Amino acid sequence: MPWTSARRIADSSMIIVAEKINTSRKSVADAVEKRDAQSIIKLARDQAEAGADYIDVNAGTFLDRETECLCWLVETVQGAVSLPLCLDSPNPKALSQALKLHKGVPIINSISLDADRFASLLSVVTSEECQVVALCMAGTGMPRTAEERVLAGSELVGKLVSEGLPLERILVDPLVQPISVDTSTGTAALEALGGMMTRFPGVKTICGLSNVSFGLPHRGLINRNFLALCICRGLSAAILDPTDSQLMATLLSAEMLLGQDEYCEKYINAYQRGRIG
Amino acid sequence: MGRLEALAESVIKGDIDAAVTQTQGALDEGLDVQRIISDSLITAMDVVGERFSKGQIFVPQMLRAAKTMQQCMKLLEPFLKEGDVVPKGKVLIGTVRGDLHDIGKNLVAMMLDGAGFTVTDLGVDVSPETFVQKTHEVQPDILGMSALLSTTMPAMRQTIEALQKADLRDTCKVMIGGAPVTAKYAQEIGADSYAPDAGSAVGEAKKLLGIS
Repeated sequence: MPWTSARRIADSSMIIVAEKINTSRKSVADAVEKRDAQSIIKLARDQAEAGADYIDVNAGTFLDRETECLCWLVETVQGAVSLPLCLDSPNPKALSQALKLHKGVPIINSISLDADRFASLLSVVTSEECQVVALCMAGTGMPRTAEERVLAGSELVGKLVSEGLPLERILVDPLVQPISVDTSTGTAALEALGGMMTRFPGVKTICGLSNVSFGLPHRGLINRNFLALCICRGLSAAILDPTDSQLMATLLSAEMLLGQDEYCEKYINAYQRGRIG
Repeated sequence: MGRLEALAESVIKGDIDAAVTQTQGALDEGLDVQRIISDSLITAMDVVGERFSKGQIFVPQMLRAAKTMQQCMKLLEPFLKEGDVVPKGKVLIGTVRGDLHDIGKNLVAMMLDGAGFTVTDLGVDVSPETFVQKTHEVQPDILGMSALLSTTMPAMRQTIEALQKADLRDTCKVMIGGAPVTAKYAQEIGADSYAPDAGSAVGEAKKLLGIS
């Protein structure tokens, strides 16, 4: 079925949001600048083939041209792959224009308690059928502890639900911070994941991985292990590069070890297709 | 190895206990406080910043060294008289409006402090108006701005424009940094300098003020 990612959601495995089409990467910025559709399509297809459920599109570096660039990305990517997108922007104008072109149910990344951002994005996320990433941060600063995350996350989820957004459409992001700066940030994010899912049964959780390894060597290794720990805490969705075979191998083996892969079928299939090892 | 070299080595390693003992030892021996600071502590932090920039050491090691230096300074401060230590310069620093990320900015502030600059940290989400007002008050040699989001980078340009309007742009150098920031962007918005990381921020700051 086109424009949906029912496959993975239905079998309860990780929802994969493929992160590579982001203009903070220079090659992507160049491709968007030149309207080089072939490069973008290749990134989209490679990520779709590698197991993406959603393709993230971000044109934030284009600032005042973000809206047109994001819209171009939506049409270009969905012209090539039958997947819904993760519209990655805090800009309500860019989002509402992109939503008009988007086919299927997208993820909007993201909303927070920041008063301006909340007010301007609320009408966007409630007017169209979409899912939304809710950041566990107060309007005043980055959260430090698990408690701060759960407190901010709970307030935001509460507000969104009271505005009519169903819990199932909300993806809570606990905000992963560098472990190099404070060795308690890993457990703070992990505990917040568990805490939010206990408080709001049915809510989904999402996070990016690469922040955790900032300032340390062998970041890939750290990201892989952190993903496994997140999976253990019940993470629903991850923003990652599905073409990273080591990361995907970690994902599949961790899910299998947690009893989420009957007959170890997915793990073995991946191995037999040469995706592992 | 002399006492000062040994202390510098302990700061580089981030060995707080050894560094504190050695600092006390140096004081007991009657060594000049200014010399302890400049020849041991600041020298050590220069090495740390350089090694960090080269990728030889990592963020936790840099943090540890800075923490070690701070503990040593606590011992030395009671012996410092007004004017004993001439700061390398005054730096005003903050994360720009709309941006709440402080990790990179904090690392830069910490390394500048370790290098002997006087740092005034305005925190996060600092509006152009606040930067202008504080520049007027503090009269820094360098104004440092940080942004982690491509969406908040324009606030750097707005701050520089606000400084121009307030006739303060020529009173200080402007240095910018943060993950999406580039040297090209610094040039575009009329900043004086771009630093890719906390280690090189110190080198850039010295270059701006013509200190070796």
